[in-house]
Amino acid sequence: MAPCVEELDYEILLARTTFAECSKLIQKRCREIYFVAPGYKIFNIYLIGIPPLPIGIEGDHILIAYIKPCHGAFTLKIPGGGEIERIRKELKK
Amino acid sequence: MTKTALLALGCPEFPVQTSTAIYLAYKLQKHGITPVFAGNKSALLLVKVADPERHYYDGKMMNLDITIGALSTGKIDFDFCFVFVHSDSGIAYLASIHALSKGKMVAIVFGKCAEELTEQCKNICEHVLAEPVIHNPMPLKEQIDGVSTWLHV
Repeated sequence: MAPCVEELDYEILLARTTFAECSKLIQKRCREIYFVAPGYKIFNIYLIGIPPLPIGIEGDHILIAYIKPCHGAFTLKIPGGGEIERIRKELKK
Repeated sequence: MTKTALLALGCPEFPVQTSTAIYLAYKLQKHGITPVFAGNKSALLLVKVADPERHYYDGKMMNLDITIGALSTGKIDFDFCFVFVHSDSGIAYLASIHALSKGKMVAIVFGKCAEELTEQCKNICEHVLAEPVIHNPMPLKEQIDGVSTWLHV
């Protein structure tokens, strides 16, 4: 089954724009940011975009850029759950 | 072993995409390369319904996000990746597939913003076929006919 963002309790911060705009917003809002390559899996989603792709942590939420082929790029704010600690462990320099 | 080519489809809002993709699949098969279509449900159905007896394509069809996942985990790869680009989303998929696949990358650029997108594609991959077309597939068809000159290089 295809990974589906609709299973997540997300908030849309930016809609129907470019990947660059979404990336800019994440980097502007979040003090804690990790950069990953395309195809990095977070929640059940494989991230898409022009590398490096930012993952922002804002409190107990995660901010990502999410691409839809027909609707452009979105910045999503998603409750982090266990993913925040996993990301910190995996990606901390 | 038979070579494979990914045909990554974008949003099917421009008619030229489906026709060009089916023609490209036909040409690839003529060169002994198996085409694999990836796209969202509508993009794949447009190909499927247009060719019910599979005269023009004989390969597989995959959901685009599942394809990205399979590429990123190393479960699949392709000898060639043709990515259809007519928007910023297309650029994001092109850059991602370029980062994940070892295959030869080709961007097929069309639509209203073709000129601007072509420049971005050239920063990502070597081969870019571009025409500012929406309805008329002939200019892109001619460029695809030229692909056979470097397909086996």
